[in-house]
Amino acid sequence: MGGIIKSSIARKVAMALSGLFLVVFLAQHFTINITSVISPDTFNEWSHFMGTNILVQGVLQPILIFGVIFHFVMGFILEIQNRKARGDVGYSLFKGSANSSWFSRNMLISGIVILLFLGLHFYDFWIPEITTKYIEGDMSGMHNGEFRYYEETVEKFANDPYRTGLYVLAFVFLIFHLLHGFSSAFQSVGFNNKYSKALKTFTKAFAIVIPLGFAFIAIFHYVSHL
Amino acid sequence: MKLTLKIWRQENSNTKGRFETYNVDKVEGDMSFLEMLDVLNDGLVREGKEPVEFDHDCREGICGTCSLQINGEPHGPGNRVTTCQLHMRSFKDGDTIVIEPFRARAFPIVKDLIVDRSAFDRIQQAGGFISVNTSGNTIDANSTPIEKEKADMSFDAATCIGCGACVAACKNASAMLFTSAKVSQFALLPQGEVEASERVMHMVDQMDKEGFGNCTNTGACEIECPKGISLENIARMNREYLSASVAG
Amino acid sequence: MTTLDAKIPEGPLAQKWTKHKNNINLVNPANKRNIDIIMIGTGLAGASAAATLAELGYNVKTFCFQDSPRRAHSIAAQGGINASKNYQGDGDSDYRLFYDTVKGGDYRSREANVYRLAEVSGNIIDQCVAQGVPFAREYGGLLDNRSFGGVLVSRTFYAKGQTGQQLLLGAYSAMNRQINRGKIKSYTRHEMMDVVLIDGKARGIIARDMISGEIERHSAHAVVLASGGYGNVFFLSTNAMGSNVTAAWRAHKKGAFFANPCFTQIHPTCIPVSGELQSKLTLMSESLRNDGRIWVPAKKEDAEAIRAGKLKPTEIPEEDRDYYLERRYPAFGNLVPRDVASRAAKERCDAGYGVNKTGEAVYLDFAAAIERYGKEKAFSSGIENPTKEQIKKFGDEAIENKYGNLFEMYEKIIDENPYQTPMMIYPAVHYTMGGLWVDYNLMTTIPGCYATGEANFSDHGANRLGASALMQGLADGYFVLPYTIGDYLSDDIQTGEIPTDHKAFDEAENAIKDQLQKFIDVKGDTPVDDFHKKLGKIMWNKCGMARNEKDLKSAIKEIAELREEFYSNVRVPGKVDAKNAELEKAARVADFLELGELFAKDALHRNESCGGHFRDEYQTPEGEALRDDENFRYVAAWEYKGEPKDAVLHKEQLIYDNIELKTRSYK
Repeated sequence: MGGIIKSSIARKVAMALSGLFLVVFLAQHFTINITSVISPDTFNEWSHFMGTNILVQGVLQPILIFGVIFHFVMGFILEIQNRKARGDVGYSLFKGSANSSWFSRNMLISGIVILLFLGLHFYDFWIPEITTKYIEGDMSGMHNGEFRYYEETVEKFANDPYRTGLYVLAFVFLIFHLLHGFSSAFQSVGFNNKYSKALKTFTKAFAIVIPLGFAFIAIFHYVSHL
Repeated sequence: MKLTLKIWRQENSNTKGRFETYNVDKVEGDMSFLEMLDVLNDGLVREGKEPVEFDHDCREGICGTCSLQINGEPHGPGNRVTTCQLHMRSFKDGDTIVIEPFRARAFPIVKDLIVDRSAFDRIQQAGGFISVNTSGNTIDANSTPIEKEKADMSFDAATCIGCGACVAACKNASAMLFTSAKVSQFALLPQGEVEASERVMHMVDQMDKEGFGNCTNTGACEIECPKGISLENIARMNREYLSASVAG
Repeated sequence: MTTLDAKIPEGPLAQKWTKHKNNINLVNPANKRNIDIIMIGTGLAGASAAATLAELGYNVKTFCFQDSPRRAHSIAAQGGINASKNYQGDGDSDYRLFYDTVKGGDYRSREANVYRLAEVSGNIIDQCVAQGVPFAREYGGLLDNRSFGGVLVSRTFYAKGQTGQQLLLGAYSAMNRQINRGKIKSYTRHEMMDVVLIDGKARGIIARDMISGEIERHSAHAVVLASGGYGNVFFLSTNAMGSNVTAAWRAHKKGAFFANPCFTQIHPTCIPVSGELQSKLTLMSESLRNDGRIWVPAKKEDAEAIRAGKLKPTEIPEEDRDYYLERRYPAFGNLVPRDVASRAAKERCDAGYGVNKTGEAVYLDFAAAIERYGKEKAFSSGIENPTKEQIKKFGDEAIENKYGNLFEMYEKIIDENPYQTPMMIYPAVHYTMGGLWVDYNLMTTIPGCYATGEANFSDHGANRLGASALMQGLADGYFVLPYTIGDYLSDDIQTGEIPTDHKAFDEAENAIKDQLQKFIDVKGDTPVDDFHKKLGKIMWNKCGMARNEKDLKSAIKEIAELREEFYSNVRVPGKVDAKNAELEKAARVADFLELGELFAKDALHRNESCGGHFRDEYQTPEGEALRDDENFRYVAAWEYKGEPKDAVLHKEQLIYDNIELKTRSYK
């Protein structure tokens, strides 16, 4: 993070690349999660693979965690710099709505909501996983003779309207974050040409569909256990 | 029409500023915004007060001297217009108009509504040129044909008037649109290609040193730019910078 | 009265410049490092010269009152820049450009200077392209040209309606390169207040830092004034609000002769004045006359109905329109030179045919061009029987491509759509051909003080052709001054740095401080702008497009009285030692109040009509300008003697060896 990150453009490219990486992760995460609605067995198998494969656990997972932390830390650093750039006296009237979307101007807010959500999400899933696997040493993925993943997932949402609600709320903010962030990343790495219009449509669709999909999964598990 | 103006007054860069409220009447729709301020100042001088200082010169939208954040927008409401070409018919009788200087750490206030935009000059000085001497023996202008489309794109980038509205509109006070316009103008021409890498590195360096913020692609700059300089230029500068970084 | 020596080199016209360059003294590169040059103004002439001089090795200091060198008013030039490249193969040549310019200037410019201008014009285009100036190109990738008033070839290079901007940014970038190298030190928001003479030579300036109000001394071995024209003496003009005569006028008061002050260009295609509180006028590029047709109603009652708002221009049938330029000048039609077009518009309006509320506007109509282009496009698109709507659509598109930004600007200001209804235009003050007298080397009558670009008088005679101002500014800056100044500076290689504690600096500084304090101390009750507006009215009504003895005499009297009132009743609030816009204006208006009088005096003495100078008493029966070559074929250079009215006339006889003096005809 030393030399190259010194310049504003390098920082924004780093922000874009880490963001794009997280978008890819989201897509992968979603693909696995949606199977929990379609086929609990597939969900269990894939989850077990992801949870025990050395490459995924030893290499991809640290990269992902680094990516998440980097994206957040960098985001905060940039935000602080950007606020300083306005100077000691700010505008008394700043009509951002005249020239830009709310989403683009409030990436910090949507980002913080997502960060808080990640805390909850880690508390719900990641910490128990790590505890089971690496502290208790149980790498089997089994509970009472069956894969435990599906049950554990469903259990979180069943009969818990508050958790489900919080998840859905976070996904709404994820939509906000992605609506600007996904297409913005391409601009940052210098991709702006005749394909940009089509790409923008795709990123917008992705930004809405994937988080809604996540929300659907949470609601599905809640509703199906009412 | 009659208007209420809330105007930022500040004696110089070392003193604190404040808003003052003024009333002007006899404003006509055909007047430009700056002519409306002339009317205000004429009244102030007659009352023995110091007039409100603001930057202006050509008053035909090309020199880039005029600025002003009007009701929260650089160069006021409407797009593709400078303050000097903004006419009072855009306002209604009885309106209150808030007039502030462009705000950015890199644009310190000189007096009242005047800011110091010399940071822009320093960015240009860092590399916004093609190193060719005036010899009178340069090659014939037509010996290097340039694709019309590229020449036109270069021209579009070159129409930047350096007013600073992009910085003023940006929530991060970023100068990317300004810097990228110059980088693009030259990067698109064969004459400028030779020094392209060095140019973009130096100009971006200087831009950062001046204390402008980072670009977060909100696109506010493009909308508020009186000359409609496109965001494509920022993407191009990012590309140029990346390839220069990788190569260099 | 003395006769001035212009130091024109001997020999045939086409070889004078080359020969001169071969014969003048040079300063060797090592010595250039020890020589300082001050440049006042950073427009085309100033920025280009500063960059070139710095490249050569001189230490250059530039001064501009704007907040950046890039904002000099050259930036506003729209139409284009002439060069005798003959890229269109239409028979253009250096000689033809030279001939057109001298003829266009109504035979009141200096042959040798104009020929040199034509000679280097091609280099300017080469230089600018090498700098990355994005001129308009054709689909084949080569440079495009268009045609301008007063000529029969297409030699104008352009960058949409923003040619001046692009050329200035090119020169500014060349300057930036030298600033980056440390060879130019740029002082912005600085106003030159006086030139300092030591032993009769220009050795520095007094400048005011417009932010702190501090009065500064800067010394140099030569001072170049590239400070532009004085059109703002009319208050309303197409000049920028800050454009002023101060640098040139202060030099005049220190001994530089002021030449042909009455030669002013009134540009025919400007947006008409809309109200009393208007602060400036906006030009619509002359290039519009390529496609626009100028007319007024042929019947007075129609004109009256239009003024009363009862009739629309589009309702007047073709046969009731008077396309007066096409009628009077069939050969050049709407593309006659600016002075001719302006006067013709005034003639129609004075006769009662004007078309806006004040009766001071004529129509510039694109309907015919829209239809022509629309039909062409429809034909080339394979539409055999296009509908009216299709033609209009295609035509509008074609016009938008050519003049889109100008149409947009018009609509913003007037709030009418010029695609639907004809534009209204009226002449406005635009450019001043007069300026400081300079010799062939561009040196004024103060040794070591040079003047370039619009600030000098030399190349445009009594009327400037379109797209020639940019050419002259850059020619002076890139290709003339950098050579000729060496001849003078070669004597200064051992002088060493000029000390700023010389008593000449003390005196000049004190005088300026006193003057500025005096403005504040008047404590009258009238704002500076009031005086400026009053002066402008006198100038426009009595020294404008048509002048006569009676009016000029009364103008001289009125201006002197106004000046007196100014010093007894002006109100300048604020402090001397701080940013103070009113004080800045006061100092400039004080100079305009003197220049205006000299202007009228010059116009009064010139008992002939030529170019932009039209005297009612001297006209042909058809109302065309009547020149008097016998008695007035000279440059009138005025020497300051305390008051404008006491100015002493010096003459430089103009010799035409290569061109036959004829009555200008554009019929």
